[in-house]
Amino acid sequence: MNLPAAVSPRTPLPLLRFLRGGAVPMLSLVLVALVAVFWLLLGDRIIGVGALQAMAFQLPELGILSLAMMVALLSGGLNLSIIATANLCALTMAWVLTTQVPGAQGFMWGAWQVIAVLAGVAVALVVGLINGFVIAYLGVSPILATLGTMTMCKGLSIGLTRGNVISGFPEPIVFLGNGTIAGVPVALIIFLGLCIPIAVLLNKSPFGHKIYMIGSSEKATRYSGVDTRRVLLGVYVLSSLLAVVAALVMMARFNSANAAYGESYLLVTILAAVLGGVDPFGGFGKVGGLVMALILLQVISSAFNLLNFSPFLTVAIWGALIIVVTALGVLLENAGVSRR
Amino acid sequence: MPSPTGPLARFRRSHEFWLLAVILAMSLALSLATDSFLTLQNLFDLLTSNAFVGILASGLLVVLIAGGIDISFTATASVAQYVALTLGIRHGLGWFALFAIAGAVGIVCGLINAVFITKLRISSIIVSIATLNIFYGLLIFSTGGNYITSLPKFFRDGVSWFEHEDASGVPYALNLQILVLILAFAAAWLLLNRTNIGRQIYAVGGNKDAAQRLGFHVFRINVLVYGYLGFVAGVASLVQAQLAQSVTPTVLVGKELDVLAAVVLGGASLTGGVGTVFGALLGVALLAILQNGLVLIGVSSYWNQWFVGLTILVAVSTTAWSERRRRAAKAIN
Repeated sequence: MNLPAAVSPRTPLPLLRFLRGGAVPMLSLVLVALVAVFWLLLGDRIIGVGALQAMAFQLPELGILSLAMMVALLSGGLNLSIIATANLCALTMAWVLTTQVPGAQGFMWGAWQVIAVLAGVAVALVVGLINGFVIAYLGVSPILATLGTMTMCKGLSIGLTRGNVISGFPEPIVFLGNGTIAGVPVALIIFLGLCIPIAVLLNKSPFGHKIYMIGSSEKATRYSGVDTRRVLLGVYVLSSLLAVVAALVMMARFNSANAAYGESYLLVTILAAVLGGVDPFGGFGKVGGLVMALILLQVISSAFNLLNFSPFLTVAIWGALIIVVTALGVLLENAGVSRR
Repeated sequence: MPSPTGPLARFRRSHEFWLLAVILAMSLALSLATDSFLTLQNLFDLLTSNAFVGILASGLLVVLIAGGIDISFTATASVAQYVALTLGIRHGLGWFALFAIAGAVGIVCGLINAVFITKLRISSIIVSIATLNIFYGLLIFSTGGNYITSLPKFFRDGVSWFEHEDASGVPYALNLQILVLILAFAAAWLLLNRTNIGRQIYAVGGNKDAAQRLGFHVFRINVLVYGYLGFVAGVASLVQAQLAQSVTPTVLVGKELDVLAAVVLGGASLTGGVGTVFGALLGVALLAILQNGLVLIGVSSYWNQWFVGLTILVAVSTTAWSERRRRAAKAIN
């Protein structure tokens, strides 16, 4: 039925329409405004080559972990165990690297490094399968299941290492965290190399579509003939596998592994994902939005660092940012006519 | 098949019954295996050292039943502790003023959460992660993370009521930690079971839309539950400072998930409307006795967390599994 012209919604202002386009337009506007302010305060120090490279080194760790969190969030869940999984994997890899590699020669020297990484992947797979099984097949709420595996993984790491650090890795591993190719940090290349396939997987593959569907309504998805349990199992395995990549980058950057590295990242990954437009109840969100959010958080952190502000102030601003941005989103939705 | 419906039969099918059975079995085994478990000394130590988590659990339970979640309460506690004791030292304040200030700071933090959650319609977990970072970040930024060690003498001495010595001359007393722990659980029980507001909290948590249509004021309930948790966090923070004999702004944040685990073990649901004070108490007791028992039977404390994690995972899995089977059985009948 055609509505008469007088009743049809009036076109909102172009800017308003642009901002309603989702997370990316809104975040880019905030980013431009912030960079302008920081540029006035700091001059070229914030957009110089050195500053950009420093940011490019710091962003991938949080970035990869946020991808791991995002996958679970999209399905309507949450994965609190990503950091603990990453640390357990890192310790496994570190153990193989420090016990087997130094004595090995020639071919075996390289082979043991590959085995080390595979061992880490195997651990991640096991944790992912446990999470997926408990959540999908036993029906435990994701927060509780992953709270349990988080505590177990961390407990295992602490029990086995007694809280000690394992350090001193061979050159190729360290290169992953600290090396550059043509001036671009390897870690950033790894992160971007993950973003593209994950974006394709989420938006173009049947598996990805099913994740979004489950996030919107698990029941409806099940009734439409999708084996939601298998998809959810896949989600938590994927999340775990992303955590092991983060583990590799993290241990390479510090040249060490420990049961408690990066714990403060856990809640920040949720903030980053939600800031990037991921619906905390699942079903909506794009990798592009997450990347924008990560750039925004990193710019704030770097600028505050250059301004000699406490890193804790950065954390407070991150928290305030998410409330402001979400509040703006709510206000925009209510402004003028409703969204079509 | 008609199922028995007496209060005893109902209790036997409840979550609390199984939890109590596990705790009793564990306590029995520990009493037989060690001499030190079933002593007054150990009981007092257990209560004292777990008071902080227990008090917070009684507050978080109320929020969970109302269908929300809050993990900012450790940051709230840190702020309340710092503000109350800083002012207390500067102006020479006594017990009542200290608790009043800490409670008030907690309530303010809780109200901030409630306003963001209800008025901006942001999910409660996101709001509380954000406010956790805001409260904590601003606290450390403005204090530089400094400790306060020179607490007033009356505060360091604490409370010891009903002092009594056993045969070997070891003194026992009702200390501040145990006193507040008991009061906290009693207050939560009264609020949830003996007041009209308690019924409203269960109703809003069970079905928000239905409760709203029945005329319950959801915003008011949210203000109440988040404010209550804030108040409880403020009170708990002083209890912790008295036990630690110092104020360390960095030591509390990070414990929020431990408290959540205890409450959830006690049967509270994250979707709201379900949970009891007795259950939360048992959840705290289970984790406390487990960790205490492991130390007493000589397991290295490095393995504590692994056992806690295993317990959480097994408990939530069996609960979900039996729930699923019960629902399936109902569907067949």
